[in-house]
Amino acid sequence: MSPARKRTVRLVVALSAAVVLASALIYTSFSAASPTVTPSQLLREAVPGRSYQLTGKVKGGSVRKEGATLYFTVQDRAGEGAVPLSYTGTVPDPFKEGREVIVTVEKQGGGFVGQRDSLITKCPSKYTVAPSKKPIY
Amino acid sequence: MALLGRLCLILALLVCAYGIVTSLYGARSGREEWRVAGRRSVYALAAVLSVAFAVLEFAFLTNDFSFNTVADTSSTTTPTFYKAAAVWSSQEGSLLLWAWLLSLWSSLVLFLTRRRLREVCAYATAILLGFGAFFVSLMVFYATPFATSSPAPTDGVGLDPLLRHPSMMIHPPMLYSGYTLCIVPLAFGMGALLARRLDADWIRATRRFALAAWLFLGVGIMLGARWSYAELGWGGYWGWDAVENASLMPWLTGTAFLHSLMIQEKRGMLKVWNVSLVLATGTLAIMGTFLVRSGILSSIHAFGGATLGVPFVVLIGVLILGSIYLVSSRREMLRSEHNLDSLISRESVFLANNLVLVGLCFVIFWGTYFPLISEALTGREASVGPPGVDRYTVPLALVLVLLSGIGPVLAWRKATLAVVRRNLTAPAALALLTLAGLVAAGVGTGKPLAIAMFCCAAFAIGGVAQEYWRGVRARRAGSGESPARALPALVRRNRRRYGGYVVHLGIAVLFIGVAASSSFQHATELSLSPGQSTKVGAYTVAYVRPTATITPKGDQAHTGSTLGLGAVLDVSRGGKHVATLTPSEGFYDSGDPSQGSVGHFIGGQAVSHVSMDSGLSRDIWSAIAPDISTPRLKRIVEVGNRTIPLVRPDEGIIAVAVLAREYMRNPPPAQFHLIVSPLVQWIWIGGSIVLFGALIAIWPAPRSTRRRVPDRARARGATELEVAREAKYAEIRELELDYRTGKLSDEDYKAIDADLKAQALALLDRLDPPENGDEPAGAERDTDREAVRVS
Repeated sequence: MSPARKRTVRLVVALSAAVVLASALIYTSFSAASPTVTPSQLLREAVPGRSYQLTGKVKGGSVRKEGATLYFTVQDRAGEGAVPLSYTGTVPDPFKEGREVIVTVEKQGGGFVGQRDSLITKCPSKYTVAPSKKPIY
Repeated sequence: MALLGRLCLILALLVCAYGIVTSLYGARSGREEWRVAGRRSVYALAAVLSVAFAVLEFAFLTNDFSFNTVADTSSTTTPTFYKAAAVWSSQEGSLLLWAWLLSLWSSLVLFLTRRRLREVCAYATAILLGFGAFFVSLMVFYATPFATSSPAPTDGVGLDPLLRHPSMMIHPPMLYSGYTLCIVPLAFGMGALLARRLDADWIRATRRFALAAWLFLGVGIMLGARWSYAELGWGGYWGWDAVENASLMPWLTGTAFLHSLMIQEKRGMLKVWNVSLVLATGTLAIMGTFLVRSGILSSIHAFGGATLGVPFVVLIGVLILGSIYLVSSRREMLRSEHNLDSLISRESVFLANNLVLVGLCFVIFWGTYFPLISEALTGREASVGPPGVDRYTVPLALVLVLLSGIGPVLAWRKATLAVVRRNLTAPAALALLTLAGLVAAGVGTGKPLAIAMFCCAAFAIGGVAQEYWRGVRARRAGSGESPARALPALVRRNRRRYGGYVVHLGIAVLFIGVAASSSFQHATELSLSPGQSTKVGAYTVAYVRPTATITPKGDQAHTGSTLGLGAVLDVSRGGKHVATLTPSEGFYDSGDPSQGSVGHFIGGQAVSHVSMDSGLSRDIWSAIAPDISTPRLKRIVEVGNRTIPLVRPDEGIIAVAVLAREYMRNPPPAQFHLIVSPLVQWIWIGGSIVLFGALIAIWPAPRSTRRRVPDRARARGATELEVAREAKYAEIRELELDYRTGKLSDEDYKAIDADLKAQALALLDRLDPPENGDEPAGAERDTDREAVRVS
């Protein structure tokens, strides 16, 4: 085999391998991904056994702890569609009533259960630009 | 003061505009004075932004709450150390830090290259100033650090408690230095494309900056991981969070570039690949900044608002389209000068390592941006999550560690199978011994990936150790030095090679720590009352007694919390005392009067202060979440709120002290998070070894090994040829070292050596043509020619 042909064969093999791996990544991503849903979307379309990334705010007065299990309700930013859920695992420091959270949940029986250690609390809004303060120049 | 800051920003913008025009005109017209004016604009930008940064830092240190950014991120109770670091906690301050660091690094690289690559430098200057102008414009038009309010508030909100960790002083500047340093090779790569000067000169000129970018990003990533582990109450060091990934991606492509640039330097190959890697690394650095500043993806790092998204998208779009145009329009000039001689060569392993690193970067990019991709394609946001990323990154990491052991034992160009077999025997034997030892000890049943990583790491460590041993042996054979003298001399003469080997060693050690701590960890979360205990792995942890501290000045962790509640934990093994841990949680002032005169003192964020016992074999990690919502404690706050007016803060603090005393007298059950994590310290040790190795590689060569450029050669503008000559000499020396350390057969060595020497002689002839009779040939030139022929 001539050196030029050898190089072409190598290139074709390498590119084919890259295409196969990239296809596998794309296929598994779409088949195994958890859809991101708001509480009202989750209430409408939750299928038992499938996991969802729930995003919303922790409802005021809903946080309760029993042993190692944390119970709280997540609602839309506008205050609609409340999803009560139980959760065990690490609770981030900024977790509080009224804070925005992301948690992976699954419908089990009639309720929702948070996946262990999946709770993320977004940092308080003090990091963002304070809209009330306008520059004076 | 704010006016001075604002004037500095406007002046900086004007300096950028002037510098861009002068350098572009200098590059197009070839007039040196315009290029110099462009370069001096970069120095001026650095000076102006230094003043602006000093103004902002001064405002923070003097509690000038008329500055909005000071009022939003600092307060009178914020400890001074954190006031100084709070400058870069806000969006505006971090933009200023970005622009300032970029101006400093740009000044340094342009100063060091002031006599070289004049045309490339002129374009690079314009590009660097273009980035400077972009960030200064953001501060002038979108998010100014010098915005003020009148009347000024009497106190500020305070630095977010989660950011009150010593790493805050160094982690962001390190990451930002890494990001801004990534822009330097990008600017020179684009400059080389624009100037159509696509040999390896621009790579040699910026190689050290690419390495520095890699080093700073690496240190920033490690500090972030350490911060997460030691400060955040979850006990992990890496969570595949979008912002973490943003810093890892340019680091991975930067690692690939640092390997593949050697192939271009030595063989004139992979030019398209290298310039694409440089452009991709710079673009990923900007995308990282965009990701942090735009808040476009869900992240625990919610630093930014959505205000800066559009300008960043425009910049990234221009960068990507510009890069594609430049590379495709210069593709003919980017053709390789040579082809791969053999699949069994160091070039091949570097190529494989590049593919793995870029593959890793692609997987992480896909995982990070999948929510956006999925929303664009399916109309529905979805996330693959850490398990989806791990499925691909773990096998790729295994291959990477394996390659880091194979690369060092192979020679450049080609190696015979017999030589390779001989060189791989010892590392492979060490890997097999490790496997046998682990199986015999019963470690790792059901953890095949962790065991595979231990074996691959042992292989890599074996390869590096063998290289050092053979290098010292070869040096001793030539010089007769003792091993203690030969080792440092060997490293000093070959910093890049042996510094790189140390980096490989560090990476292998780091991955041992990652594999062990993630696969063999014992963790528990439970509620305990004083006197109760629990088992975590082989250890017994007993809750001995509660602890409490009050007032911002007296808090145990010195981070300014009003109230700290914690526990004393006794850790024992087999009845023998091992350690005493004192985790606590700090409760911060919310500054919100609606929570009452007592309630606001503890109504802000609650932050864990982790306590751990670290050792080489394991860490025992603990965090506590005390319960302050019991009826008795709540009642103290309610009564205090009712009876103490807001204007009497001293009495409010007394009520908090009463609450602390009540907690100590009747401690309610507290929630504990306890982890026993094996070998986790080796992650930080491995990181430190990587840092040490990178410093060896980046350190300039000793003066004795560098040659002065002769004045008559410089007068002819021959410095680039001089650099190429030095590179060729280095290649000949490296070949000899490869031969002496057993990587080449006699036959291969002779053939390659003759080829390299012919190339060196051709360079010498171009540098100082012997037939040019109007100038007598210098003694130095003749000595050089003779040395090349004889050696």
